[in-house]
Amino acid sequence: MEKRVTFKGWLLPICLLLPQVIVTAVFFFYPAGQAVWQSLFIPDPFGLKSQFVGLGNFEFLLGDPYYRAAFTTTAVFSILVTVASLGMALFLAVLADRLIKGSGVYRTLLIWPYAVAPAVAGVLWLFMFNTRVGVVSWYLGILGYDWNHVLNEAEAMGLVVAASSWGRVSYNFLFFLAGLQAIPKSVIEAAAIDGARFWTRFRTIVFPLLSPTTFFLLVVNIVYAFFETFGVIHTITSGGPQQATTILVYKVFADGFVGQDLGSSAAQSVILLVVVGLLTVIQFKFIERRVHY
Amino acid sequence: MATVKLSNLKKSFGKTDVIHGVDIDISDGEFIVIVGPSGCGKSTLLRMVAGLETVTSGEVQINGAGVNEMEPMDRNIAMVFQNYALYPHMKVFDNMAYGLKIAKTPKAEIAERVQSAAKLLQLEEYLMRKPRELSGGQRQRVAMGRAIVRKPDVFLFDEPLSNLDAKLRVQMRLEIKQLQRSLGVTSLYVTHDQVEAMTLADRMIVMNGGIADQIGAPLEVYANPQTEFVAGFIGSPATNFLPAALVSGAPAGTTVGVRPEHATLTTPDHGLVEGQVSYSEALGSETLVHLRLSSDAAFTVRQNGMEPAPEEGHACGVLWNSSDQMHFGADGRRIATP
Ligand SMILES: Nc1ncnc2c1ncn2[C@@H]1O[C@H](COP(=O)(O)OP(=O)(O)O)[C@@H](O)[C@H]1O
Ligand SMILES: [Mg+2]
Repeated sequence: MEKRVTFKGWLLPICLLLPQVIVTAVFFFYPAGQAVWQSLFIPDPFGLKSQFVGLGNFEFLLGDPYYRAAFTTTAVFSILVTVASLGMALFLAVLADRLIKGSGVYRTLLIWPYAVAPAVAGVLWLFMFNTRVGVVSWYLGILGYDWNHVLNEAEAMGLVVAASSWGRVSYNFLFFLAGLQAIPKSVIEAAAIDGARFWTRFRTIVFPLLSPTTFFLLVVNIVYAFFETFGVIHTITSGGPQQATTILVYKVFADGFVGQDLGSSAAQSVILLVVVGLLTVIQFKFIERRVHY
Repeated sequence: MATVKLSNLKKSFGKTDVIHGVDIDISDGEFIVIVGPSGCGKSTLLRMVAGLETVTSGEVQINGAGVNEMEPMDRNIAMVFQNYALYPHMKVFDNMAYGLKIAKTPKAEIAERVQSAAKLLQLEEYLMRKPRELSGGQRQRVAMGRAIVRKPDVFLFDEPLSNLDAKLRVQMRLEIKQLQRSLGVTSLYVTHDQVEAMTLADRMIVMNGGIADQIGAPLEVYANPQTEFVAGFIGSPATNFLPAALVSGAPAGTTVGVRPEHATLTTPDHGLVEGQVSYSEALGSETLVHLRLSSDAAFTVRQNGMEPAPEEGHACGVLWNSSDQMHFGADGRRIATP
């Protein structure tokens, strides 16, 4: 039976709910409402008056090749980040799961990157790959590879993907490890006796049984890649070179706060919100049905 | 067709010795039950045969060949686990076919073998269900089916019936026995239930703290226990143990063992020991009379249910044939009585 707390009267429950409601209202509903409102206007160059344009901002955006490019960039970026961080985390979790002793130490060490703020993580990776003083780029130079993410678009993308995935690996690792440890040992042993070697067992037993965890992480990581990677991109590439790493959320910032086109920026926020909402709904509709056994 | 041989098999987990050297020669088609209280190393012993635990020292042989270094999949064995260990995301059919698919058995043959196993186990209607849609008994059958479709050399069972209710357990016990008889597959069966051991085994290994105290046919073990532990563990209700000082004529320093079914009540001053009835349990076919002896030791007498049970507090003597009296030394070993 579900435990229910019953309150006498209204005052206490309202007081308990109020902080959360206020926070949500002030930091989510109010700005979201403002974004929707602003997306219908174009401010004049001095920001003194705005002119109502209806859906004009949206119309302009959808026809704008730069904006469409940002869509593609976002898709590429989030797929890479999700695949890299999930793949790496799963790999590490499988290794840690096989350990009997010392897995606690690995778990502790592997969770640390999660505690590093995205901007700090960005700076960290930037230092390692800095074209002049970076350790990694220096070694790459010795190996004869001329690393320059400031000019090379693919390298820039690779670097922001790596920096964004790095922090997520910890988080995903914890979930995967918990998921792996929830699989009864005897099921794996039964498969081994049935003739399945490690890789076959992984493919036919472990991975399917892990699918609810994987699905959950997929949703969470895509949302992360869409929104929370702003700090990493801002510190490492600032969206460059030639907008090669300008994902949607970065463009909202760049157009709104740097370009001062608040109307367009607001319209982009609205689109972004709708896209992520849709993605999540689609994921739940299509995949969730298949992951339960 | 398979024989299994364990030679001085030992297992330690780190510094803890769990199995202290087990020897047994199992012939083809034999049903061996490993019985003992929980934690005595039964599962560990079985898992060494399966290849799920490494062998610390000694050797496991199947068909005369050492298999210590062989992976479980290379030993041609099948195992039924206590929690069944079915693959939860696969239908019953796929659960049973899994091993055959991996062995690249032709599809038609897989279907035929799964069907005939399902028929044998009355699972035909459930082949398209997932394990969670089955009852405990049906899951148990699927686990059995998964073991038999592969036609292994050896069946290994680790307490396969402990998760079933009492009635089903009796029924499945019989089915397992019949199945094993008809298939003729060499089997090792682990249980902590001595009734299961007595009814299933051709021979049983009674384990006591990692030592095989006695290996033998069930009735022989019952009739002739080699240690105090075996005498106490096999047979229900358990054997009564008394210090030798209480029983006239018993060799000094030994422990005397008398089975409840070998003792009878008599009038006071006519028994080998004297006591008072503390309570009786009338089970219908039999009555268990629990006594407190004058020495304060407890003693149980089993008598026919038709005989009148003595009242509580009633004083009485207890008698038995001297040939039914067993003696055990300080080390727990049986001492032959002249
Ligand atoms: N992987 C392990 N590591 C350490 N000790 C173990 C391990 N497996 C079993 N043991 C110990 O070995 C002993 C025998 O266990 P087990 O074979 O499972 O007993 P049983 O099956 O007879 O109940 C127990 O004391 C148990 O704690
Ligand atoms: Mg056990």
